[in-house]
Amino acid sequence: MSVLVAVPVLLPLGAAGLSMAFGRFADIQRWLGLLVLGVIVVDAAVLLHVADVHGPVVLHLGGWRAPVGIALVADRLAALLLLVSVIVMFSVLLYSIGQRITDYGRGTASTTFHPIYLVLCAGVSLAYLTGDLFNLFVAFEIMLASSYVLITRRTTANRVRAGMTYTIVSLSSSVLFLTLIGLVYAATGTVNLADLAERTDQLPPGPATALALLMVIVFGVKSAMVPLHFWLPDSYPNAPAPITAIFAALLTKVGIYAMIRTQILVFEREPSWPLMLMFALATMLVGALGALAQNDLNRLLSFLLVSHIGFMLFGLGVYDVAGLTGVILYIVHHITVQATLFLVSGLVTRYTGTVALSRMGGLAGISPLVAVLFAVPALSLAGVPPFSGFVAKLALLRSGIELGTSWGYAVTAGAVLTSLLTLYAVARVWTRVFWGKRREPEGDPDHSDELVVGTGDTSQGMVYATGVLVGATVLVAVLAGPLSAVSERAAIDLLSGQAYRSAVLGGGSGG
Amino acid sequence: MTEHRPGSWDPASTEPWFRSDAPAERWLLPGYSRDTRERTILLELLVRVAFPTVFVFSIYLLFAGHYRAGGGFSGGLVAGQAFVLRYLAGGRVDDSSPFSIRPPVLIGVGLTIAVLTGFVPVLFGAAVLGSGAVTLTVPVLGKVKLVSSLLLDVGVYLLLVGVVLELLRTLGSGIEADMAAGEGRRR
Amino acid sequence: MTTVNLTMAVVLGGLYAAGFYLLLQRSLMRVLLGIVVLGHGANLLLQLAGGARAGRPPMLGESPLSEMSDPFPQAMALTAIVITFALTTFLLALAYRGWVLLGHDEVQDDVEDRRIRRLESRLAEEGVEEAERELESEATR
Repeated sequence: MSVLVAVPVLLPLGAAGLSMAFGRFADIQRWLGLLVLGVIVVDAAVLLHVADVHGPVVLHLGGWRAPVGIALVADRLAALLLLVSVIVMFSVLLYSIGQRITDYGRGTASTTFHPIYLVLCAGVSLAYLTGDLFNLFVAFEIMLASSYVLITRRTTANRVRAGMTYTIVSLSSSVLFLTLIGLVYAATGTVNLADLAERTDQLPPGPATALALLMVIVFGVKSAMVPLHFWLPDSYPNAPAPITAIFAALLTKVGIYAMIRTQILVFEREPSWPLMLMFALATMLVGALGALAQNDLNRLLSFLLVSHIGFMLFGLGVYDVAGLTGVILYIVHHITVQATLFLVSGLVTRYTGTVALSRMGGLAGISPLVAVLFAVPALSLAGVPPFSGFVAKLALLRSGIELGTSWGYAVTAGAVLTSLLTLYAVARVWTRVFWGKRREPEGDPDHSDELVVGTGDTSQGMVYATGVLVGATVLVAVLAGPLSAVSERAAIDLLSGQAYRSAVLGGGSGG
Repeated sequence: MTEHRPGSWDPASTEPWFRSDAPAERWLLPGYSRDTRERTILLELLVRVAFPTVFVFSIYLLFAGHYRAGGGFSGGLVAGQAFVLRYLAGGRVDDSSPFSIRPPVLIGVGLTIAVLTGFVPVLFGAAVLGSGAVTLTVPVLGKVKLVSSLLLDVGVYLLLVGVVLELLRTLGSGIEADMAAGEGRRR
Repeated sequence: MTTVNLTMAVVLGGLYAAGFYLLLQRSLMRVLLGIVVLGHGANLLLQLAGGARAGRPPMLGESPLSEMSDPFPQAMALTAIVITFALTTFLLALAYRGWVLLGHDEVQDDVEDRRIRRLESRLAEEGVEEAERELESEATR
């Protein structure tokens, strides 16, 4: 059974090797990628079921038991997020295959894209499943190293600039992460998360607070928390649509996941964490206001991404079962919605040939389908009632009110305001892009960058992939009941931490 | 085999002494290079002598890995250094390399082997990435203790060699080619 | 809690200070060196985290258990070194690409910074309306 936990990490790595070896055979690479991600989707679903029914699934690598050996742990939270992430990775891979076939024909292989994409998948899975801090670092590095390659592929001058900012910022935070690990090891003598949870209790409050804050900074950079967000809107929009989609959907969310996992499991804290609530408020407002100032569709979406990271910090700041349930629901919702929006933005720019909102118009008449594909995730993002964002937001807002402190009310008010601003921002995109005078597509300024292609050519693969994701966002809304239930159980698990600790340190089987 | 010396040898000339006098052992010959600047015959000769030694040392490291200092990673790096030496001496046009497999394929095969080794123990009911040891008696070497994680090391070794070769190709000769192209344009 | 001897603490401080100073430079080459220096600092910290006692190599049969140094930080540092090595080569390649494409390897300003600076100079020259129209019509790349 426990081998299932290793599959999402090791399978894509091995497949990446094969994919690299078959670098000249485009079709083999494509089918291999889709097959592997499909297998992992099934695997993650089984893991979620098992973790929900029987408790966390633990694998001790090489038979070395934690805390000495490396443990992979799939509890409810990890398995749920893994499942959603892999579904998104699958759809985005489908989209990018469609895009490539449309632009370059069936026969053109891409030596680097498929292997690197699979490595990215392995990194994301490892980040969710790992049971110790150092492996979390390794997971982040695997993930980030492949993202560096993806963001600077087919380098143009603009992309080199964006890539530099992105790489340097990420590397600095990685060095801080390594420092953090050194300090944690010096203070406690372990890096296993479950073991740490027991040993940080014995630390004097000074060092414990310092470690907790350093963790906030490290994961704050990764998850684009204001004031550490500046790199995100500057780098993400410069990559091709599917790559931006996968970054936006997964990388920041993995940062948030790491923050939640480490803070809650490792450190003792009373409910309500005012510092985090402050960060949440700043992140929501700065992101939303930044989005309003943008004329570039992708930059606008990137700022909205930053703003909605704030909602997740909000739940973490509330720090009780209701708040964490809201966060988990929100992450699930946001992973699907944000990926969909960037994919739709890719479709839009193919019709318009530009990312500047002021030079678009009338797309609803040209392609009603794209208009529908945009409308559903955009309204979900804003949290309009029947869609998926509403459920998650409601849970968060209620937890904020129930908190009853002045910070709780302030952040709740900020969240409502941010939702309205988000609605305004997407409405602005809607009127600029889909209504108004119809415009001819602009020519492609630089064909090699795969960024905007003003041909209007879309293949069915791209539209289907986007459609699948839109379907997933609708499904998140339809399944709100069971999802909330699972999220609540995951939140209870998180706060008690007992199931996780006993599963990792004792009881769990080594085979 | 003296044929592949373009430039220095005219295929039309059939002077008999050339064939009969050609050295039979090629491994001590310097690599031929169109780029005649910055070559030191001493370094080239030394590298030709040192290359197999470094390579054998890297394989020693690979096998020594489980119980002593060494392993697939350091072995692979040392083997990579052997290629770096060759590159330093011969430059980018030294195409007398012993095998002509594309670096990405090497990386891919190495990674696949390493990961497969992680899964194999599951078939025998052990944990993922677990390992077992076998002691064999080999005629010449005596008792040899083989650990199954050696395969993982082999994978890592191949991967590392592939990475170093790829680096040489892109950062070494790739940049040289760019610079040569740039000079050509300026001229 | 383990303690650190003074020399090492000073060396650590020096490495981190030099690394962050280099990180703040404009040239990507210096940034790269900064990251390398910081990486060394972090690895030294990992070693020190295992305790400052001098130890014998942690290999079975080489030395008695009580004299061995803690192998765990060494394993972590080795992994970290590998990762730093890979990322250093990547940054080198990126710096080279930047040099080929731009003629220098300087890290450039943020798009937003440039927009604000342009807006400011417009405002100084032509007044508010002109600047706003400019901002509206400008293609973002």
